[in-house]
Amino acid sequence: MAAKKKTTAAKAKAAKKTTTRKTAPRAAKKVSQKKVPFKLDSGIPAGAMDEKWDKHRFNLKLVNPANKRKYEVIVVGSGLAGASAAATLAELGYNVKCFCYQDSPRRAHSIAAQGGINAAKNYQNDGDSVYRLFYDTVKGGDYRSREANVYRLAQVSVDIIDQCAAQGVPFAREYGGLLANRSFGGAQVSRTFYARGQTGQQLLLGAYSSLNRQIGLGKVKMYPRTEMLDVVLVEGHAKGIVVRDMVTGKISNHSAHAVVLATGGYGNVFFLSTNAMGCNVTAAYRAYKRGAAFANPCFTQIHPTCIPVSGEHQSKLTLMSESLRNDGRVWVPKDKKIAAKIRSGELNPKDIADKDRDYFLERKYPSFGNLVPRDVASRNAKEVCDEGRGVVPSGLGVYLDFADAIKRMGENTVRERYGNLFDMYEKITGSNAYKNPMTIYPAVHYTMGGLWVDYNLMSNLPGLFAIGEANFSDHGANRLGASALMQGLADGYFVLPYTIGQYLANVGIDDRPNQDDPAFSAVQQEVETRINNLLSINGDRTPTSFHRELGKIIWDNCGMSRNKKGLEEAIQIIPKLRKEFWQNLSVPGENASLNQSLEHAGRVADFLEFGELMCRDALQREESCGGHFREEHQTPEGEAKRNDAKFSFVGAWEYQGENKTPKLHKETLAYEEVKMTQRSYK
Amino acid sequence: MSGEAMNLTLRVWRQDDAEDAGRFETYNAPDISPDMSFLEMLDVVNEGIIADGGEPIAFDSDCREGICGTCSMVINGVAHGGQQGTTACQLHMRHFRDGDTITIEPWRATAFPVHRDLIVDRTSFERIQQAGGFISVRTGSVPDANATPVPKEDSDLAMDAAQCIGCGACVAACKNASAMLFVAAKVSHLSLMPQGQPERERRALAMVQQMDEEGFGNCTVTGSCEAVCPKEISLDFIARMNREYGRAILKSGCN
Repeated sequence: MAAKKKTTAAKAKAAKKTTTRKTAPRAAKKVSQKKVPFKLDSGIPAGAMDEKWDKHRFNLKLVNPANKRKYEVIVVGSGLAGASAAATLAELGYNVKCFCYQDSPRRAHSIAAQGGINAAKNYQNDGDSVYRLFYDTVKGGDYRSREANVYRLAQVSVDIIDQCAAQGVPFAREYGGLLANRSFGGAQVSRTFYARGQTGQQLLLGAYSSLNRQIGLGKVKMYPRTEMLDVVLVEGHAKGIVVRDMVTGKISNHSAHAVVLATGGYGNVFFLSTNAMGCNVTAAYRAYKRGAAFANPCFTQIHPTCIPVSGEHQSKLTLMSESLRNDGRVWVPKDKKIAAKIRSGELNPKDIADKDRDYFLERKYPSFGNLVPRDVASRNAKEVCDEGRGVVPSGLGVYLDFADAIKRMGENTVRERYGNLFDMYEKITGSNAYKNPMTIYPAVHYTMGGLWVDYNLMSNLPGLFAIGEANFSDHGANRLGASALMQGLADGYFVLPYTIGQYLANVGIDDRPNQDDPAFSAVQQEVETRINNLLSINGDRTPTSFHRELGKIIWDNCGMSRNKKGLEEAIQIIPKLRKEFWQNLSVPGENASLNQSLEHAGRVADFLEFGELMCRDALQREESCGGHFREEHQTPEGEAKRNDAKFSFVGAWEYQGENKTPKLHKETLAYEEVKMTQRSYK
Repeated sequence: MSGEAMNLTLRVWRQDDAEDAGRFETYNAPDISPDMSFLEMLDVVNEGIIADGGEPIAFDSDCREGICGTCSMVINGVAHGGQQGTTACQLHMRHFRDGDTITIEPWRATAFPVHRDLIVDRTSFERIQQAGGFISVRTGSVPDANATPVPKEDSDLAMDAAQCIGCGACVAACKNASAMLFVAAKVSHLSLMPQGQPERERRALAMVQQMDEEGFGNCTVTGSCEAVCPKEISLDFIARMNREYGRAILKSGCN
């Protein structure tokens, strides 16, 4: 072991030497303000849909195997996308630095995904295919995703399952030893692979094991408890990052040939969401402020099956896997007077006869029933609660009832399928869901919007890549269940490792600036100033109190349903709250130690700017599509009404400077394969 | 669902950094709702501490749904607080009573030095995983997933082990600060899968060796680890790892 370590260290040293020598001339350059002109070129390859990726891979430049070790790539984030990318890049021979804010890459929030991962394996012989998965994803995304990217996602989905099985991921299996599948919200074929209710955990631990192998081999240098606070551009290219060591407070910078952001979504802008406490928008937002376009920020997903809020103390929301809707039936009382009696405790759900129950999803959507896509299920739950038919004390909750499922297949089978979810439900609510129906309510869960990327997953800033939830490209206005894990791993294992080669081969080995380049010290200085500012306000309000207030503004005005008036108001209020933040924030302690208030304050500061951008995006999009429901634009039945003539585009925002209105750019979405129709799940 | 609010007293371990000796400090936690999670109770207390001009209690948490393994605190002498199969973040205040005094400490083990207050450094776990907690596959160089059938019983048993969230409660509960349950979970998971066979011996040896180097204690099979494990990982896996290790020693020629 010791001998091995030495060799690796020696190798790393040698590699370092090479780069230093070769890049020395770069150090002499001045801080360059030269910018790459803003343009959005999706770079979708020509040709038939099913040949694009193949042809593109052939056309991509390759980096000579012997040269790969002379390149350094920074990967920020260690969830499914980040860990799989870091491991795969290292396997290919690149030197990788991987950063995460958690104390271990294994704790990234991908770990919490429960239900499963889609793949077009057609192991069930039920008519699935790459084309069907592609079609379902484009339709499910309400025709606001990029066809070519989605097709590629469906193509590589099959490789992901092979990869994970080979890593030893203990997927659910049938007695014959082959892989089991289940159907999942929004799909009529069984294409979802799962590992009990902990699929995200097992897939992440698989990627983590590959990452660990590369860390052990010295190809990846891991930086846990390290938060990225800014990106460094040199002549318009992303060439490094500035980070803070969350234990010592030390600010430092790292240079590389390219920077990959795998930093997840921004759901915590709502304060309450199913995201982990630490999830934040800072990395993506800092990139935006340096010139990367932020696409479709208003596309957020509200998950229908979460545990309702219990009080003001609530710090986060807990998701119950959507797979529960396979066997659970969603209902509220038909009569709001009965609902009121349930809320006050006078009546129990069991007292309500079947004829007095409204199984509203089954009633309105007979062919999909309880399995309608997330946005539809969420909106309907909100609607019945707004009518006064909610069944929890706050009024914001509906039943998810397993009584029929237990009657049909027995409690043991239900326990086998959902046992851990029922246990978790009981821990949080104190209620036994085998005996009483669960109560659920929608909560913010996933963000489809993210940094704009081209077909190569590179942002408009050369050298800056965004993968997984951090980018925008594959889910359009609504993500299908079990597709987040698929996309994270597709990007990390099978897309980025090829496409990044094109950029690296183009710029060449010498294009890694020395850290003495003044661009690095300039950005680091800005980061330090900002931290000092946060610490020196000495006001009265904690970061949490600002975060909670912002979250309420966003939830009320840019949540499950939006309207012009509310959005305009939010755009007025948020800057005021931001102003108060910078005048009245209280952050105890200092920078040079582990300071969780300071960490939170920095993230809230970015959310306070980002929230406004979200509202602006929601305001400009005068249509309803997927998770973006504008009250002004609905069908007579209350369904989302798209406006394809005017809004069939990706809304990509360009930062214009402090307190200036950002500029909207449009990438037109052309549909060659899938005919755009009104989504119907009736 | 909700009950009467409670007034509690907290005795909390405060320690500025790894060098600091540390001490207990006492805080009041008034008006605590039984529907709060334990960590939400600490959030509320921390907001109060900041308002009084103090520095909040540092503690680790992230997902707050019992799966990321970040939260790590000993509550009233028991890692994660003593509710069967439950992490501290999933422990709810309805399990406490008005007037209770609650003692909160970090994981205590040589291999887990304290960063601050209740936050410890668990990178020793990382190094054990890096030493061998993997199957060496390169992305892309793999057979079709159904080309290798895995008996359902094996896969299910592997999953029982693979559920480990790496929180370290097993170490905190053990009088020897042994990491056997943590290491056994990974060794067992991978040795039960057909994909894990080629590296079976090498893995067991490398992970055990790294575990010893990190300063974790030996296992005396008291079972305290299993009792506090939030994923209820069975002690049987330690027996399995011992067999794996013995087997590996024999196969590798007793080196």
